[in-house]
Amino acid sequence: MDTFALLGHGFLVAFELQNLFYALIGVTLGTAVGVLPGIGPALTVALLLPVTYKLDPAGSLIMFSGIYYGGMYGGSTTSILLNTPGESASIVTALEGNKMARKGRGGPALATAAIGSFVAGLIATMGLALIAPTIVKFALSFGPAEYFALMVLAFMTVSAAFGDSTLRGLTALFIGLALGLIGIDLQTGQARLAFGIPDLLDGIEVTTLAVALFAIGETLSVAAARNSSEDKVEPVKGSVWMSREDWARSWKPWLRGTFIGFPIGAMPAGGAEIGTFLSYSVEKQLTKKPEEFGNGAIEGVAGPEAANNASAAGTLVPLLTLGLPTTATAAIMLAGFQQFGLQPGPLLFATSPQLVWGLIASLLVANLMLLVLNLPLIGLWVRLLSVPKPWLYAGILVFATLGTIGANPSTFELGILLAFGLMGYILRRFGYPIAPVVVGLILGPLAEQQLRRAMAINQGDPMALVSSPIAVVLLLLALAAVVVPLVLRARGKGKVLAQLAADED
Amino acid sequence: MNVEPVPEEPQRKERRPDGAAFVIAAVLAIIAVVIAWSTATGGNSASYSRIGPNAFPYAIAGVLLVLSIWTAVEAWRGEFPEREAENVGPIIWIVAGLAGQMLLLKTTGFSIATGVLFALTARGFGRGPLWMTVPLGIVISLVIWVVFSKGLQLSLPAGPLENLF
Repeated sequence: MDTFALLGHGFLVAFELQNLFYALIGVTLGTAVGVLPGIGPALTVALLLPVTYKLDPAGSLIMFSGIYYGGMYGGSTTSILLNTPGESASIVTALEGNKMARKGRGGPALATAAIGSFVAGLIATMGLALIAPTIVKFALSFGPAEYFALMVLAFMTVSAAFGDSTLRGLTALFIGLALGLIGIDLQTGQARLAFGIPDLLDGIEVTTLAVALFAIGETLSVAAARNSSEDKVEPVKGSVWMSREDWARSWKPWLRGTFIGFPIGAMPAGGAEIGTFLSYSVEKQLTKKPEEFGNGAIEGVAGPEAANNASAAGTLVPLLTLGLPTTATAAIMLAGFQQFGLQPGPLLFATSPQLVWGLIASLLVANLMLLVLNLPLIGLWVRLLSVPKPWLYAGILVFATLGTIGANPSTFELGILLAFGLMGYILRRFGYPIAPVVVGLILGPLAEQQLRRAMAINQGDPMALVSSPIAVVLLLLALAAVVVPLVLRARGKGKVLAQLAADED
Repeated sequence: MNVEPVPEEPQRKERRPDGAAFVIAAVLAIIAVVIAWSTATGGNSASYSRIGPNAFPYAIAGVLLVLSIWTAVEAWRGEFPEREAENVGPIIWIVAGLAGQMLLLKTTGFSIATGVLFALTARGFGRGPLWMTVPLGIVISLVIWVVFSKGLQLSLPAGPLENLF
């Protein structure tokens, strides 16, 4: 069957009344939580994962994809109306968007962000649908050695390639890998690092770790910060509609942003940030009104916002086709799949096509819902933004623990949550990135499995790992991802890399 | 926001060894040793393949040890990012809230335990008084309990308050 027939079947799944309902709940919750200051998409999906526990796999994943896209939309509202961006990928949006809001052009800024996100989401999701079958066909020829090499590449790009320190990126990754060891070994049934504690035999839950690091760690560092100024919410004055000139200045940046963001997200390189920064500098180069950049240029909102959403859709390419999460958000989504015993990857396209294509079709539906939902309801989202900090963070912790209790109502699990929360605070304080810990935890055991399979097939000959050209290329790329940034930093060019750091998402 | 102009050559500035970063290096080394020790004493490893269940833990322990040494070197050179002074008080309030919820959960049920968490967190951000925020937190948590355990069938521990429903 060709892609469009498959996608058509996907739409039949997506248009089932109950699935439409799930998608609607997903985008509403996603936007509502994503709009709260300090909550990025990774935390949004981690907080809302428990809501989907009792649904069937298709419904749950559909709601989940709505939450993901909704969280991305919500974040842009935050960064335009409030100077502290809700998600790191929106920092660039905040540069121009917040200036526009201060000049009383908040409405058009929100509109161009929302429509740009819609256009980018539409094109990028179609891109996902078109590109996925090809990658799946290619990936079916992959053996364990190639998968292992691919995962090593993902580890290195997520941890070492960007950010301000190779050391701290790698340390964060290996903390995650070490946590991934805890529990029963998948292949031999041997308990590892459980220290005789029965609760540890099941391993560390990805959602517990993510919620602890993002929600509790963030709450602690916000509470402890000394000079925290009250954030000022810019009121939305006048019309939210864009003028003819706004449209004329927006449509090209939307398309350029999409075509910059999607490939970057689709590569196992992690992070929506790179795309948004690239898009911003491209728009700055191409604009006819350079004097407006820095003072609220609409192109500077339209392009990066499109790039942001396109690369969010792009990260679904390695996640769905290869089972490879390249961001913290994708890692939590992978955990969402695993709770139903589903392992994303080429086989999932073969064994449950209606699920995968239903999911992709639902992304398109969710995208449309968001456009309809966002602009008229903007007043409501703005009100959410002005929740005072004490109530906001008290509420965040209530929901953070609710998820953990809902999944496993044990004192021990809450103790783990608290311990990792403190760890998250320390990681933040010392400038360690968070995403590699989460990716390491979920991808570590999978990488180990592939490594041991590769060795078992070849009677323990380590040369098996480098016997295929694909594996060799991937491993060399992984090596380059560590070495090149080290050299750049040693030469004092580390600042650019630090700017591209994937902080959260 | 008025930021002091950055000095021309920040590299020149004297950077002293970073005590806290040494502690991190030590913790990483301890984790590495614990992993290696636990793997060595952790029962059978009579595996047929060369890469058995113990290979990965040893490899990770080894890398963590290397990272620990690297961290110590950067700590000595003072290469960790500078940190602003922070308040400890709020952290203690919030940790107390989380610990309180953890200890109360089984005996008093979800709402009371979570109400305590809510109030102590708000207190950490300077909002009180507790005699008002604790009841407020309990009411909010009870509403959440009704929605999630009746509506979405999550199994949240029930206590005296929840049993009224």
